[in-house]
Order: sequence, then C-alpha cells, then structure tokens
Amino acid sequence: MDLLILARLQFAVTTVYHFFFVPLSIGLVFMVAAMQTLYFVKGNEIYKKMTKFWGNLFLINFVVGVVTGIIQEFQFGMNWSDYSRFVGDVFGAPLAIEALLAFFMESTFIGIWVFGWNRISKGLHLASIWLVALGTLLSGFWILTAHSFMQVPVGFTINNGRAEMNDFMALLTNGKLWVEFPHVIFGAFCTGAFFVAGISAYGLLKKKHVQFYKTSMKFAIIAGLVGSLGAALSGHSNAQYLVEKQPMKMAAIEGIWKDTPDPAPWSAFAIIDTKNRENKFEINIPYALSFLAYSKFEGSLKGMETLQKEYSEKYDAITGEGTNYIPPVKTTYWSFRLMIAFGVFMMLLSFAGLYLWKKKALEKSKLFLKLLVPAISFPFLANTFGWITTEVGRQPWTVFGLLTTADSVSPNVSAGYILTSLIAYMLIFTILAGAMVYLMIRKIKKGPEFASGTDSQVTTDPFEGVGA
Amino acid sequence: MELSEFWFVLVSILFIGFFFLEGFDFGVGMATRFLARDQLERTVLVNTIGPVWDANEVWLITGAGAIFAAFPHWYATMFSGYYLPLLLVLLCLIARGVSFEFRRKGPNAQWTNTWDWSIFISSLFTPFLLGILFTSMLRGMPIQKDMNMTAGFSDVINIYSVWGGLTITLLCFLHGLYFLALKTEDSLRKRAREMAKKLIPFVLGAVVVFVVLSWTMTDIFVVRRVPELILMNIIVLAYGLSYIFISKKKEGFAFTMSGVGLISTIAAIFIGLFPRVMISSIDKAFDLTVYNAASGPYSLKIMTIVSLTILPFVIGYTIWSYYVFRKRVSAKEHLTY
Ligand code: HDD
Ligand code: HEM
Ligand code: HEM
Repeated sequence: MDLLILARLQFAVTTVYHFFFVPLSIGLVFMVAAMQTLYFVKGNEIYKKMTKFWGNLFLINFVVGVVTGIIQEFQFGMNWSDYSRFVGDVFGAPLAIEALLAFFMESTFIGIWVFGWNRISKGLHLASIWLVALGTLLSGFWILTAHSFMQVPVGFTINNGRAEMNDFMALLTNGKLWVEFPHVIFGAFCTGAFFVAGISAYGLLKKKHVQFYKTSMKFAIIAGLVGSLGAALSGHSNAQYLVEKQPMKMAAIEGIWKDTPDPAPWSAFAIIDTKNRENKFEINIPYALSFLAYSKFEGSLKGMETLQKEYSEKYDAITGEGTNYIPPVKTTYWSFRLMIAFGVFMMLLSFAGLYLWKKKALEKSKLFLKLLVPAISFPFLANTFGWITTEVGRQPWTVFGLLTTADSVSPNVSAGYILTSLIAYMLIFTILAGAMVYLMIRKIKKGPEFASGTDSQVTTDPFEGVGA
Repeated sequence: MELSEFWFVLVSILFIGFFFLEGFDFGVGMATRFLARDQLERTVLVNTIGPVWDANEVWLITGAGAIFAAFPHWYATMFSGYYLPLLLVLLCLIARGVSFEFRRKGPNAQWTNTWDWSIFISSLFTPFLLGILFTSMLRGMPIQKDMNMTAGFSDVINIYSVWGGLTITLLCFLHGLYFLALKTEDSLRKRAREMAKKLIPFVLGAVVVFVVLSWTMTDIFVVRRVPELILMNIIVLAYGLSYIFISKKKEGFAFTMSGVGLISTIAAIFIGLFPRVMISSIDKAFDLTVYNAASGPYSLKIMTIVSLTILPFVIGYTIWSYYVFRKRVSAKEHLTY
C-alpha cells in the first residue's frame, strides 16, 4: 500500500482511539470532582460512594488515555517528519507547554488523589481532583491551540522554508481555537454524562442500589444538558467561523457544488456524485443554511466549484498546477450529519431526563432507561464523526494554505515500517479495549458496594479488597 | 549563551530528570522478578512507585516535546530515523502503564500474574532500548545532506550501542534496588540491600568497558576531553561510594550516589554530543547542531519565558508529592495497586 495512505490511516486510527478516552476522562473527572465536592460540603456517605465508584471507572479509562497519548506525540516525528520540520517552530511550542503545564499537573495530582485517601487532609484531597480536572482542561486547550493553527494558521511568517512563529498572542487568540475549544469540552461533558447515565440506567433497570444510581443520574442529567446545549451552541459558532475562514470545508460539509441561492437551504439528505460534481437527489430545508451561517434568513454560500477556481489561483504556486482542493465530499457531508444527529438525540434525552426528574419518575420510565444504555455510545460516535468532519474536510492540506498532507509525510520511512507499526498498534489497542471493557463491566457488576459497609472497613480499604 | 544552547541544556535536564526518576521505576519493575519472591511482594514493590510512575514518565514526554519545539529538525530526524526502536519503546510504555492500573482489578491471581510479567518485561526493555538509542547517537548515524536518516540494522544494533543499552539497564536496576531499600521494610529491604551489593561489581565493570568503548568508537573524548574525564571519574567514584554506604546500611546516601551516577552518565552523553544534536556518520558537514536544528529566536524566547515560569511549580509539587508518600510501603497496610 501507499506510504501516504498508510500514514494517514495510522494517524486516523491512533487519534480516534486516543480520543475515545480523552473526552471520557475530561467529562468524568469533572463529575467525580463535583461528587466529591458535595461529599466534602454535605458529608453525606452516598456522595463518597459515588466518588469512589465513578472515580474507579474514571481511573481505568484515564490510564488508557495516557498511554495512547504518548503515541500521538511520537507520531509527528515518526510518520510526519517533513511536517514537523515545517511547523515545529510554531506547533512545537504549545505541545511542549502542554506537557510542562498540564501533563505534569494531571499525572502528579492523580497519583496524590488515588493514593492519598486518608493520607492527606480532606481539603487537599479534594483540591487534588480539581487540579486533575484543571489539568485536563489545560491539556485540551494547548493541544487545540496547536490544532487550530493547522486549520487557520496565524502568528507566523515563512522563513528559511518553514513557518516560524512571530506572534504568540495571535496563536492564543486564534478565532478557531475559541470556537473549537468550548465545542470539544462540551462534547467531553456529553461523554461523561451519557456514560454515567447509561450505567445508572442499567442499575435502575435491574433495581439495584436505586438511591445510588438515581442520584448519579441527576448528575448525569445536569452534565448532559450543559454538554449537549453547549455543544450545539458552540457548534453553531464553529460553523459560522467555517463560512468565514474555511469556506471550502463548509461547502463540502453541505455538499454545495455551485453557489447557493439567497437565502440558502440546508441540505438534510443528498446523494452526492463526486465524479460529475453534482447531487442526484436532495432534501432541503429552506432558509436553514443561511440561518446557520449568518444567524439571519438571508445570505448565500460559495460552492466548491467557485472555490476550486479561487484556490487554484491562490495556491497552485505552492501545490502545483491542477491540484484538487475539494476534500472527500461524501465523508465530510455524512460525518457532519451523523455528529449532529447524535447531538440532537442527546439533547432530547437530556430534556426527557429533566422532565422525568421533575416528575420524580426517573426510575419508573422503562423506555427512557432502556434508551440510555445504548446511548452510552452516542457521544463517542458524535466525537469521532466531529473529528472526521474537521480533519477530512481540511484535506488536501495539513496546514491550511501552507503545507499539503502529501508533503508532510516522512520521506525516509518505508511503507513496511508504517504497516508494521499500524498492525502492532491495532493489536495492542484491541487487547487494551478488551481488558478495559472487561474490567469496567466487572466493576459495574460488583456495584457500588465495596465502598459501603462499616466505616472502619472504608478507612482500611479505600478502593477495593486487598486480596492477592 | 545563545537561546538555542540554553534549550539544549534544558532538554538535557529533562532527560536527566527522566532517567533519575523513571530510572528507579524501571529498576523496581525489574526487581519484581529478580527480588520479589511472590505476588504479595510484587504488589509491595509496585506500590512503592504507584503514586509517581506517571509523573515520572511525563519527563520523557516533556523532553520529547521540548525537542520538537526547540529543535524541530532534531525531532524529525531522530523520531523518523529510529522508527522501529521507538515503536518498541512505545509498545513497552503502553503495556507498562496499563499494567500498573489493571493488575489487581481482575478476577484472579492468574490475571495479576500476566500483567506483572508485562511490567517486568517492559521495565527491562525500555531502558535497554533507550540506552541503545542514545549511545548509538553518540557514535553517529547515517544522516544525509537533507537531514534525513536512513539507518540499517547495524547502525542501530552494534557492540557499542548494545553495551550502552546494557549499561543503562544495569544502572537503572541498581538505582531501583536502592530505592526499594529506602521504601520497603524487613526482609524485602534487607534483600534489596544484599542484591545491590552483589550487583555493584557488574555495574562498575559495565561502566569501565563502556568508557573504553567510547574512547575507541566515539569522538567524545576528543571533543570534550576534560569534562568527560571528570564525569567518568565521578561516575566510578559514585558507584564505589554507594557500595560503602549500602554496606553501612545508609540507604539514603547510597540512593543519592546511584542518582549521581545516573545523572552523570546521561550528562556525559549530552555533553559528548554538544554542540551537535545528531552526529552524521556520513559527513561532518551533515551533522545536526544546536544551531542548524533550532527554532527561530522568537519562538525560543517565548518558550524560555513560559518554561522558566512553570518549571519551579512543577518541581515544587513534585517534591511535595514525594514528601506525602515518604513512608515505607509494607504488606501490612492497604495497597492500592
Ligand atoms: C481535547 C483534548 C485532547 C486532544 C485533542 C488530545 N489530547 Fe492527548 N490527552 C488529553 C487531552 C487531549 C488528556 C485529557 O489530557 C489526556 C487523555 C486522558 C488522559 O489521561 O490525559 C491526554 C493524554 C495525552 C498524553 C499522555 C500524558 C500523560 O502521560 O499524562 C500525551 C503525550 C498526549 N495526550 C498527547 C496528545 C497529542 C500529541 C495529541 C494530538 C494529536 C493529543 N494528545 C490529542
Ligand atoms: C484527538 C482528536 C483528533 C482526532 C480524533 C483527529 C482525527 C483525525 C483524522 C480522522 C484524520 C485523518 C484524516 C484523513 O486521513 O483524511 C486526521 C489527520 C490528521 N490530524 Fe487530526 N485529529 C485529532 C486531533 C489532531 C490534533 C490535535 C492534531 C495536531 C496537533 C492533528 C493533526 C493531524 C494531522 C497532522 C493529520 C495528518 C494526516 C491527514 O491529514 O490525513 N489532529 N486527524
Ligand atoms: C448539535 C449541534 C452540533 C453542531 C451544530 C456542531 C457543529 C460542528 C462543526 C461545524 C464542526 C466542524 C468544525 C471544523 O470543521 O473545524 C464540529 C466539529 C466537532 N464536533 Fe460538533 N456540532 C454539534 C454537536 C456535537 C456534539 C454533541 C459533539 C460531541 C459529543 C460534537 C463533537 C465534535 C468534535 C469532537 C468536533 C471536532 C473538533 C472541532 O473542530 O471542534 N459535536 N462540530
């Protein structure tokens, strides 16, 4: 197989895999921190049980997030060395700052939190989980700073044949960053929320630990509301930003070949024919796209053919005559719609939960609870499709307008090496996922019991039976 | 001092910190088979590093990030050039990390045993592979004019690099044994001391052979004769002293000495490289140096400000975390991992 394809496949596989664990870590750590805060303030044992139960699941997930992250960092050098040479000056800085500022904080305080039960004061112990939570936010912020630069390059000049930073503040105030960062974090809240909701629903269906799961469910509903509403709002600003800065991606997301009429309709379904550059069949919602793009019911958007012409004039000097600037349209179009669909499901479920909560009927609606169990997968799917939209929609560029994906790949690495590592990663990922899911299910089956019992048992046995 | 030189020092410090801290983690991992006699003892060993292994590993992640940011060409050449060794390092680090977390959350002793083997193997091979990587860098790698490296098997694996890898592994093992003498009680503590004493002659032997090999196969004693000679003496002296300390049951001093030994070893590697970061075995003109591999002055300045602001906090809470967990670990109390 082709070197470039393999390197891309590897990037996609490893980052998507990393990003299964990342949003769950971010979402869960905030929920666990909130639970522990309530325990600290109210002193109610149930919150302690919750902290430990969900905290335990969080830890199993966190460690996989950590080890899969290391691949990401090495991968830029291993597979994308020409990319690294070109952008290292700009891109390396946020990455290094992330490690120094966020990774040290996360890893040190997670150690203190896990091993610190009954060893440090309750206040310090609570502070340590909040510091872990802050660390995950900072980590997301800095990596997305780097990522935003690739989408909308700012704060650099081209010097010595590479991008060199000349304005650090411009990187930090990149408009892309400030629409992307909230969106990713709200997505992470959804992930934590639906994880807790789904497992709680399962417990309630089995009529086990009803009080425990009902209380957990309330946390999940709040997080789910914040997450799904936040994701929709920030997603909306994301889209408006795209219209302005990455019109080609927007056109691909919407399957617009020719400039739209004014006002523009939103395409809900289309059979796209990329060869003839047209849509065979469309279901459109009038006015909606104008509203999405401009927050008013007028305005048109440029189509891919117009943009192809504009880009050719602008960028052919870099990429060579006859370059195709249109990203894979079908992938972009459909992954975007899938993200939205799962987002809308989650929003509806969150509102349903709120309604049932207010009616004091959380544990009673079988249908609601049964829906929540498979809904654990929704945020993971929305996240993945979101990233696919963003990254595939940026093609053929890695750094928009500056460097193409084809020019990014390591020239000295053979396809055989990449294939070997790809297979090795996939094998180890399968093992990790298997072990992790198995352990989580084991924990869930055991239920929150291990944290209950007499107080003395709790103090000698904070996490689980000593065994062995 | 130019900023690029300063960043070379900072990168060296990050790797020194990594080998000093994660060095004993690796050593403890090796000790799970060489020292521990049963699963309960292995559990005690793993729990001595339980709260800190992740943070220790971040020194490597930060080191790599700093190379990326400050020396993009170094990062690109090294990481793409050492493709397969780094793949193995990654697989080891993945296996090791999850093993700590997973080992006692499963159904039975069999489960625990499987993850414990993974801890042992990965703790043994990671320092070995990194040792190979760094020492082969010292000898020079086939780097072309375009800064790309296309290494064959014998460029990576040869007498010098394998001996370097072995030496680093031994140093980590000894460091880990001293750490265990400090952190465990009773029988384990005593056996850790005894094993360390038996190991020291091998460590010293390995170091001396490594010095001789370096003398003949690299140019570090030509380029940096005086500092390298001083460091070599410090290394031999430190390990000699550690023998005396451990014989007198002064575990803290012995641990400090093996720390000095490890720090000096890694420092010797980086000093030997300077001002080069990657030595080309094809032509001196193709060497990557701190000057031609570095980022621009603006980027370096920003990062200098940021890192000098953050680093004191990092060091502060790291020390605090060791203080929190200063107690010896024993099987009598609750063990988390
Ligand atoms: C929005 C958030 C986000 C995104 C887009 C990424 N990560 Fe990540 N990463 C995290 C959020 C995060 C985290 C929340 O901080 C993690 C995940 C779970 C965890 O344990 O820490 C983490 C862990 C993690 C680690 C291990 C840290 C440790 O040992 O403590 C590394 C080296 C990376 N990541 C590197 C990367 C790179 C190079 C990425 C780009 C391709 C990347 N991550 C995407
Ligand atoms: C963690 C969340 C992320 C996910 C899930 C993700 C997803 C993806 C996917 C699916 C691709 C493949 C696109 C294709 O091959 O057509 C890709 C490509 C790429 N992404 Fe991301 N991405 C993430 C974050 C990042 C970040 C933070 C960076 C930079 C710091 C980044 C840099 C790249 C690069 C360099 C490629 C090159 C390969 C290519 O364009 O095909 N990605 N990503
Ligand atoms: C329902 C309303 C939503 C809208 C309007 C929306 C909109 C968008 C848009 C326009 C992008 C593309 C940004 C780009 O290409 O640069 C995007 C990306 C993304 N979306 Fe959504 N989204 C929604 C819901 C969600 C939900 C619920 C999740 C996760 C649970 C999610 C996760 C993501 C992720 C991870 C990305 C990639 C990162 C980024 O570019 O911000 N989205 N979203």
